[in-house]
Amino acid sequence: MITVWYPSRSQPAPETPRLPLPRWVEGHPSLREITDDVLRPMEGLPGRAWWICFALSAAALTMGLSMIGYLFYKGIGIWGENNSVGWAFDITNFVFWVGIGHAGTLISAILLLFQQQWRTSINRSAEAMTIFAVMCAGLFPAIHVGRPWLAFWLFPYPNQRGPLWVNFRSPLVWDVFAVSTYFTISLVFWYLGMIPDLATIRDRATNRVRKLIFRVLSLGWNGSHRTWSRYEIVSLLLAGLATPLVVSVHSVVSMDFATAVLPGWHSTIFPPYFVAGAIYSGFGMVMTLLIITRKTMNLERYITMRHLEAMSKVLLLTGSIVAYAYLTEFFSAWYGGNIYERYTFLSNRLAGPYAWCFGIMVLCNALTPQMFWFKQIRGSLAALFVASILVNIGMWFERFVIIVLSLHRAFLPSEWGMFIPTIYDVGILIGSFGLFFTCFLIFIRVLPMIAMWEVKGLVGEHSAHHRLLSNMRTLRADREEETREAACA
Amino acid sequence: MPRRFLVAYFREEESLLTAVRAVRAMGLKVYDVFAPYPIHQLSAAMGIRKSRLPLATLFGALTGLLVAIGFQFYANVLDWPLNVGGKPDNSTLAFIPITFELTILFGGLITVAALLLRTRLFPGKQENLLAEGVTDDVFALVLRRSDLRVVAGAPWPTDVRKVLDACGADDICETESQ
Repeated sequence: MITVWYPSRSQPAPETPRLPLPRWVEGHPSLREITDDVLRPMEGLPGRAWWICFALSAAALTMGLSMIGYLFYKGIGIWGENNSVGWAFDITNFVFWVGIGHAGTLISAILLLFQQQWRTSINRSAEAMTIFAVMCAGLFPAIHVGRPWLAFWLFPYPNQRGPLWVNFRSPLVWDVFAVSTYFTISLVFWYLGMIPDLATIRDRATNRVRKLIFRVLSLGWNGSHRTWSRYEIVSLLLAGLATPLVVSVHSVVSMDFATAVLPGWHSTIFPPYFVAGAIYSGFGMVMTLLIITRKTMNLERYITMRHLEAMSKVLLLTGSIVAYAYLTEFFSAWYGGNIYERYTFLSNRLAGPYAWCFGIMVLCNALTPQMFWFKQIRGSLAALFVASILVNIGMWFERFVIIVLSLHRAFLPSEWGMFIPTIYDVGILIGSFGLFFTCFLIFIRVLPMIAMWEVKGLVGEHSAHHRLLSNMRTLRADREEETREAACA
Repeated sequence: MPRRFLVAYFREEESLLTAVRAVRAMGLKVYDVFAPYPIHQLSAAMGIRKSRLPLATLFGALTGLLVAIGFQFYANVLDWPLNVGGKPDNSTLAFIPITFELTILFGGLITVAALLLRTRLFPGKQENLLAEGVTDDVFALVLRRSDLRVVAGAPWPTDVRKVLDACGADDICETESQ
């Protein structure tokens, strides 16, 4: 917070404010340059790198969609599930994608409440990522219900069967509400944040169709400060609502498991453990996306190494919480004295047939983030990129370990079995990545991927602060000169 | 009858703030300020009252809370009590997650709806831009002619122009709008 002071000879000069504002934008772009830089990817033709990425993701999406089509035709028997392992890739993917979404809300809402300025140039793309990730997540429960055309039965609606309502005591129904609320609120928050930028695009548009589209989307925004002041209040209110929401969503997801009696699921630490894991995986994905985007879209000035460094610190923190949760699970399994629990953790996870999955999970989630204690690694783009990919892999495996490794050897050895994914399990997982990246690539072409108005606010405040300092220096020099002249006279 | 406005353009937020304070010190009403981003001291300088939008959030959140808890109670206790695993019909604790989610959902949606209603923003609205470039890099202070006349003994626009000029306005012009 800076207080603006106006140079006037009659007033004494106040003390120079010492703390310079942190700079999250490199160089000194003018407000016009910010608009130009951010909108350049939208206004030109995409480069070769974009087309290659788009072709790959669209191919993955097409493959996924055709496999889903076959799934609808044939039924979920085409997956590798069996009587022992009734939940496998579908729920793993669901939990994985919901988790990815959490980083977006953390950046847009929680960091807004904490007044962290580094969120400014990455919040828009992180929020977009949330929305696309939740879309991917929503896909899996819908297709795994067996008769997906009846998936609307998940919602309580007046029906001719009584009406027979859904079981409100079931965490699976809580999930329906948690995920759909999360999607709706994230979408509204994202769109609301974009309205001023959409108006900027509208006012720059020379093409009539483009102007019309953005006129409809920008809701007649005209930059009035009376609107701005209300708008900011609403942003804060939504951030305040989204903050507990983001914590609740993965807690509810974790209760799908924690309320069951299965060893490996039946644990009270699941909600915080899942939330930390979600933020960890989400930041991994944000980092992967931003490292690629800043390079291909020439936005290094706005998405700086300092942003990436700040994110790697979040990865270090949440990764350590996740590692602590792993240790706690093992400790309670050993100390709790329940033989089934002890078997699940100490025998099956460590030395069972899927021990390699557990190894990948520990390597990627507990050990990888510990590299970020070193500043050299936090400052190396290549290391950050590799680490962010490892985080994504590790967190997918974590969910696989929790779900499949607990189910495949539960209480009775006679119900033990193995899960082997089929080509359709893997194909639909790849297809969900296709959906995610296709949506993201289209987003960075058609909408402003950096919140221009927020960056302008930051830069504007920063340069106002600098002008103030230089005004004061001039004034002080003048005054000293006057004093000297007076002394000479 | 078209409304007449005096628009002063600025390049920097401090000169705009100085101008707003100067104009208000003259006893004049600021019609509006247009800016590419929200300027934090401006609300106080313009004398904008604290928004009542948080009340809309409270209202929305309470509505969501009551709807959710009420509906779950109705469905499970009054309409069709169903024994699931021997749990009581009115399992209030188990209703809390959904109640929480709907509290947030209603609170958020009603807040946004209230904002759009209050600021009269809606899809397809024709934007009323009194100043050029305010969504890009220009700040504009707008005074309404009829506002100047209302205040008794207020100076005429020539004096206002001088003050605005002294505060560092890049350009001052008159404009009309419906």
